[in-house]
Amino acid sequence: MKPLTDERMDQLVGGILRLGVLSATAIVVAGSVFYLSGHLAEKPHYGVFLAEPLALRTVRGTLRSAAHLDSSGLIQLGLLALVATPVARVAFSILGFAAQRDFLYVAITLAVMAVLCYSLFGTNL
Amino acid sequence: MFLLVWLGSALAGFLGAITGLGGGVVIVPLLALGLHVDLRYAIGASLLSVIATSSGAAAAYVREGLTNIRIGMFLEVATTLGALAGAAVAVHVATGFVATVFGVVLLGAAAVSLRRPGDATTPGPLTGMARTFRLHGTLVQDGVAVAYNAQRTPGGFGLMFVAGMLSGLLGIGSGALKVIAMDNVMRLPFKVSTTTSNFMIGVTAAASAGVYLSRGYVVPGLAAPVVLGVLPGALAGARLLPRMHSRVLRLVFTGVIVILAVEMLLKGLTGSL
Repeated sequence: MKPLTDERMDQLVGGILRLGVLSATAIVVAGSVFYLSGHLAEKPHYGVFLAEPLALRTVRGTLRSAAHLDSSGLIQLGLLALVATPVARVAFSILGFAAQRDFLYVAITLAVMAVLCYSLFGTNL
Repeated sequence: MFLLVWLGSALAGFLGAITGLGGGVVIVPLLALGLHVDLRYAIGASLLSVIATSSGAAAAYVREGLTNIRIGMFLEVATTLGALAGAAVAVHVATGFVATVFGVVLLGAAAVSLRRPGDATTPGPLTGMARTFRLHGTLVQDGVAVAYNAQRTPGGFGLMFVAGMLSGLLGIGSGALKVIAMDNVMRLPFKVSTTTSNFMIGVTAAASAGVYLSRGYVVPGLAAPVVLGVLPGALAGARLLPRMHSRVLRLVFTGVIVILAVEMLLKGLTGSL
């Protein structure tokens, strides 16, 4: 197999980021349309902190709520896709550096991925 | 309110993308001071805006060959570890004091940044850690290719650890020290510093997103206009940056750093941000 050039890797990493951002945007837009049609008359009061309902604080709860086409659930799902984008970029870089046989950087990227997963999932999301 | 948040976020995305600082500098005060949104909601929204700015603009910068992916990955080891350390000590540290010190440091950095001459035209020597980890690259600008090698890598790595710690402690401002570490310490070309910082802040922000989401800091009704505003702003910034003069970029960067310094001093001295 021909080794992956740095330029090709740049293109692929850029493509992953674009894909992540575009799909997150599409979901947030869909959720916002639902949201605005239901809440337009309401006046939000974000001056008082009421933590989000528990259902939207976990991945599983968000998925369930989005599956029911609940507007807040859909937006939250889009936001999760957004958070997942840089994580996917790091994960892909591991494969990319491996294809380049750059094992020093495979190790470095694995270390970043480990810390990232630890802080993401250490909080029982 | 939806429209105002959207417009403010677009500006935040634009500034964040061209300076490598993320949009928090604009979004947190806009929401917390301007619109009286609870600070926790403001920080949650700002965190997502940073991820959106970073990923949106980086998609373009990476393809343009401005971002140095190796340098970014290498330094992310320091920032993610720093963020963990920052979150771990957060309960034992007076964040007001940290914010005040950070504000003063930023004012100093702004002064240094203004006095720096343009990018070096000949690369410094490639030695030590920079050689082991291959921290070098070539920046093509106006058809001229300029090679660069990272200098003083241990110092840059150390400052990146501090940058990660601060973002774990304060919630905002993680991009500022990243740019300063690459620009002032490692002597990378300014555009490489800002676009590589922009590339990195998404990962730093994603690392803390778990905590904020699970604590309920993210409200869909507020986060949606922020994210949808930040993206077009960031994409416009990313389109403009390759054609901008480094000198102009540096001035914008210094201006935003001064605003951030004032915000940090406000936060530290009055506890209002």
